[in-house]
Amino acid sequence: MAKKELNLNRVDMPRQDPKVRARNFEEVALGYSGADAVAEASRCLQCPKPACKAGCPVSVQIPEFIKALREGDMPGAVQALKEKNSLPAVCGRVCPQEQQCEKTCILSRQGAPVAIGRLERYVADWALRQSGEAPRTAHGASSGKRVAVVGAGPAGLTCAADLARMGHAVTLFEALHTAGGVLKYGIPEFRLPKSIVESEVNYVRSLGVEIVLDNVVGRTELVDDLFGEGFNAVFLAPGAGAPMFLNIPGENLNNVYSANEFLTRVNLMKAYRFPDYDTPIHVGKRVAVFGGGNVAMDSSRCALRLGAEEVYIVYRRSEEEMPARAEERENAKEEGVILKLLTNPRRFIGDDKGNVCGVECYEMELGEPDSSGRRRPIVKPGTEFVLDVDTAIIALGTRPNPVIPTTTPNLTLTKEGTIVADPETGRTSRDGVWCGGDMATGAATVISAMGAGKRAAADIDRYLRNL
Amino acid sequence: MFSILRREDLTPTIHLLEVHAPRVARKAQAGQFVILHHGEEGERIPLTIADWDREKGTVTVVFMEVGASTMKFARLQTGDVVDDFVGPLGRPTEVENYGTVVCVAGGFAIATIVPIARAMRAAGNRVVSIMGFRSKDLVFWEERLGAFSDELIVTTDDGSYGRKGLVTEPLKQLLETRTVNRVIAIGPTVMMKFSALTSKPFGVKTIVSLNPIMVDGTGMCGACRVEVGGETRLACVDGPDFDAHQVDWDLLMSRQRAYLSQEKSSVERHQHRCHGGGHCG
Repeated sequence: MAKKELNLNRVDMPRQDPKVRARNFEEVALGYSGADAVAEASRCLQCPKPACKAGCPVSVQIPEFIKALREGDMPGAVQALKEKNSLPAVCGRVCPQEQQCEKTCILSRQGAPVAIGRLERYVADWALRQSGEAPRTAHGASSGKRVAVVGAGPAGLTCAADLARMGHAVTLFEALHTAGGVLKYGIPEFRLPKSIVESEVNYVRSLGVEIVLDNVVGRTELVDDLFGEGFNAVFLAPGAGAPMFLNIPGENLNNVYSANEFLTRVNLMKAYRFPDYDTPIHVGKRVAVFGGGNVAMDSSRCALRLGAEEVYIVYRRSEEEMPARAEERENAKEEGVILKLLTNPRRFIGDDKGNVCGVECYEMELGEPDSSGRRRPIVKPGTEFVLDVDTAIIALGTRPNPVIPTTTPNLTLTKEGTIVADPETGRTSRDGVWCGGDMATGAATVISAMGAGKRAAADIDRYLRNL
Repeated sequence: MFSILRREDLTPTIHLLEVHAPRVARKAQAGQFVILHHGEEGERIPLTIADWDREKGTVTVVFMEVGASTMKFARLQTGDVVDDFVGPLGRPTEVENYGTVVCVAGGFAIATIVPIARAMRAAGNRVVSIMGFRSKDLVFWEERLGAFSDELIVTTDDGSYGRKGLVTEPLKQLLETRTVNRVIAIGPTVMMKFSALTSKPFGVKTIVSLNPIMVDGTGMCGACRVEVGGETRLACVDGPDFDAHQVDWDLLMSRQRAYLSQEKSSVERHQHRCHGGGHCG
């Protein structure tokens, strides 16, 4: 290959002004123009052994879609992209590319990896604008086998789409009144517009997947019932369960929310449009969010948009240890969220009406690394202070939902209550039952759940062909 | 979409909907609930199951108009559809042959206790039921509950029908004069609280069905947390039935009031739309 000058000028993606966007629910990142996309795509070196692809949990054909894009072959780009990824408009927005494909991109050594996520988003959005004209990947011949997929979140949608393409008849059972899982109830509109999720769900439907809403597997029907109804395999991807709390006094005061509840009210039930929408939410003037992950960032940014004047993220370690994506931390800080680091809550204080009015905290310092490899926070005695807040949001993660494990015989569980599943195949201890996503791994990312859905689909396909 | 096969007005503000939901009907048991959701803007509202017919594939719910959402449900007629009807949720009421079971219910919760009384009777218990209302014009399902009860006592607050007074008075008398092995009390929170206080000195296990605010109803959001025996539990998956003597009643009542001001504005807005805005129907 002739030596070519490296182009290290990553094309920026326009975003709404922080002051403006902190008060609206419109999408923050505005996406590339066609010219931006082609300029960025032309930076790709088209490596013969693409490291980017290896860095992707679902092995997207990255060099192939980028090549088609820069050659102006948009249908070809879409086809290459959707070959491995059924939800690219979602992934282009919410994947932590800096830890995956862009991290392994050869140009990241020079500090300027190809903006694969932004290009993915551009191609996916182009496909969504083509009304029904988007090229379909070929369907396998009908296998005559039926698969029940439980949970229409990232893992379930991916698994269902892949199995449908392989020629199996797939029914996707969803507990809520709308499909999308965390993409609908968890991730806010300004990061992932719900119309995009709806379009991706419709794409999965267009592959022939039947989606049954309002069906709580474990209650409305049991896993055993599904086999009784003639399903040959079951993939369990029910997602997050009960939220974790701090277990400190005053946690059940009014206006102390779990992030799950807060975000579900805002995103799924559209409480930000109360009273046009019936579901209410309370956001006062001063809000404290506890936790350091993406969910804490989402919650704090929602609180700002709902009119809070001061929003704090209270985190017991330093910013370096925060699990949230750097981009999300920057977005939150730009919008005015205040990080209260090395701070831990001790108790919530209530007023005479049972509403939270403050949280007593103390300062922390970092000691030796703990089992997670992060430096362990230690209380600094005598540093107690009260933060006046009228809303608190606890974003500490979730525990597995017990409904399926307690109603399904012969499933081996971990001591945390997740279902034991082979990470390579998703197989559980029970023949014919696979599991993936948060139910198998504990809380993780959208793309890792999609990867699990994809691997399970491949293994289910092998299983069904040998039946 | 779920078809409404029958709508009936039990009182001017208490309504019954029999909904075609075969998958829910197939699994429904006494003490469980469903979540209704209707319209893009609607709330998810939990309602306890009043009855089911596995052959017809129907589930019956009874609700009282208390807020904007239940006022909207009240506009649904026979032949209409409801967008979402999910369940059965929660754990069924524990039913065994305990001996004598007193079933206490107030207001629209009569509908909830009927299948429980029926199940208790079928399990071989002697069932004594107490149903309480504010006044005579609000009485419903007296015969229906009577059909599953060995004895039935009706009370009204104003004395316009049955015995004058609250349900706790006959409950106390029964506990004083008979061997009672279990009490089930379902109704307004304050009624359940005082039923619990009434039975506690007698040491009779008392079960209540708690009705905190819920959102998803499947164990995901934590809105419905209640404190029972000093521990935080989720009513949607750990309940809704709990040991009445262990419940932190004041916390429950406080949490039920969390959105009072928003609910009030919603109701006013709804009434304005119905009576002046011209959007109704």
